[in-house]
Amino acid sequence: MTQLSISGLTVRYGGVTPLDSVSLCFDSGVCGVIGPNGAGKTTMFNVLSGFSVPAAGSVELDGRQLLRVAPHRRARLGVRRSFQQEQVIRTLTVRENVLLAAEHSGAPAASVERALTYVGLEDAHRKGSELTVLERRLVEIARCVVGTPRLVLLDEPAAGLDPEESAHLLELITGIPDEVDALVLLVDHDMDLVRAACKEVAVLDFGRLIAFGRTRDVLASAQVRRAYLGVTEDAE
Amino acid sequence: MIVQRFMGRHGTAQLMAGIAVGIAAAIIVPDVPGIGDGLGLRTVTVALIYSLAGVAAAVLYGRLGLVSIMQVALVAVGGWATLRLHYLTGLPFEVVMVLAAVLTAVIGTVLSLPALRLSGLSLAIVTLMIAGALEVITQYFGFPNGGHGFAGYDTTGVAQTMPRPWLGHSDPAFFRYVVVVVLVVMVALWCVLSARPGRTWAAIRQGDAGAIASGINVTAYRILALAVTSAVTGLAGALLAANSGVLDPISFKAQQSVLLFATVLIGGAFSLFGAVIAGLLFYAFPQLLTSWGVNGNLVFVVLGLGTVQAITTTPTGIAGQLGGLWQVVRRRLSKKSEAHR
Repeated sequence: MTQLSISGLTVRYGGVTPLDSVSLCFDSGVCGVIGPNGAGKTTMFNVLSGFSVPAAGSVELDGRQLLRVAPHRRARLGVRRSFQQEQVIRTLTVRENVLLAAEHSGAPAASVERALTYVGLEDAHRKGSELTVLERRLVEIARCVVGTPRLVLLDEPAAGLDPEESAHLLELITGIPDEVDALVLLVDHDMDLVRAACKEVAVLDFGRLIAFGRTRDVLASAQVRRAYLGVTEDAE
Repeated sequence: MIVQRFMGRHGTAQLMAGIAVGIAAAIIVPDVPGIGDGLGLRTVTVALIYSLAGVAAAVLYGRLGLVSIMQVALVAVGGWATLRLHYLTGLPFEVVMVLAAVLTAVIGTVLSLPALRLSGLSLAIVTLMIAGALEVITQYFGFPNGGHGFAGYDTTGVAQTMPRPWLGHSDPAFFRYVVVVVLVVMVALWCVLSARPGRTWAAIRQGDAGAIASGINVTAYRILALAVTSAVTGLAGALLAANSGVLDPISFKAQQSVLLFATVLIGGAFSLFGAVIAGLLFYAFPQLLTSWGVNGNLVFVVLGLGTVQAITTTPTGIAGQLGGLWQVVRRRLSKKSEAHR
């Protein structure tokens, strides 16, 4: 079981504060981070994966301070992530893409085949440039689950997918904790996906945490519906 | 797509074909009338040597997206180190060549360290400035000619020349010697590009964020690339020094590095074969113009136009176009053979 504790996390870029004293605690399963554009969701992922340095706060993964670890070393600690703009390497084959992640995160080569089988990309000889949007998303997930990940950060994995593809993705995302025993944090605007995949969800608005709890309860909260879903009480 | 062609160039079949062509060239070229005698063979030999500097620039640009415009300056460093080590130690050329490559790798990497966080135009300008600085230094110190002191340059006595390696005393023998060294370097680079470093460099070229998220130490792998390519460029310097026994600073002006990078773009920065074409364009093409009685400076105009054409219409360069042509021919041949059946 993986535990992630975020405490007083604050990020400032000049006069802008994309994350403002956010404190959260996630443990195992699939959890969601939602909010309108500019709420600070990707900034939180950037801090967790080391691309942004916070002005204040701390992050502990299974009791270990994460912020002191260099970004590229976090992959060895089991922190994996995907990007809104997927980062599949076009010049490499599917297998090489996953092998690269395995090599640099200290995972055995055998885990590459397991990851490819998990996402259903056994035909791994095609180049990244030849893949469909869904296949690229699958490669990103395969890179995230190769070896022994502990924290998987998925940033809008369903962007650009049709409902059928999203359903396939949902199956894979919800299966990750059982497959590799990792905590999955999911950022997505597809509320059906979030509702179906996440047992808990945190809602950010203008960098502040406005709600956190069981998905059904949070999505039913009037404050969340007003801030994110755009539903007013009058409309109801 | 560029990327498909890039990977296609690195297939085992292409490597074997390249080795076969290299061996055939080593056997045939010295006996070809008009090329295999005197100036022609010496020109092709030097062009091949410069293909090593070209392949270094091609790996940096094609694999990592780094625009390094100091390769000819690093050739000078390799040449200087070779001559100095030869007069200092008297070791066999092969040992001196390897030591010079190691020394060039160290110097090239150290010089590039401030530029590690740069890319694109900024990196190009910084490396060009380094090339300019190295040009001034080589002009000040000169190349070692058996003199005393750190520089090993004697202006008063009779200048010595470094003898060619014992396996390559004559022009044809030295040409074959260079072909073998170039083939060994190309095969070694192919192995590196097909293995973990090559995959990692491809990830870095795609973007730092994705590379770091995969656990790649981007800085370390950039340093590795700079060291490997500097070493290869140092080998080119060693072979140049062995070719004539002496080196002249006038051959290593900063503008030559710009010209080499342009020829790499025209030849094809995404393939090892493109670097050989780049070497020929860089050194043999101006000599060809001169032999036709055309002003050698016209090469700047021709290569300038060629660079514009390569950037705008054929980013894979001549090598990429030839590869595409070969694919078309193969497809047509296979269709014809199917129709006959």
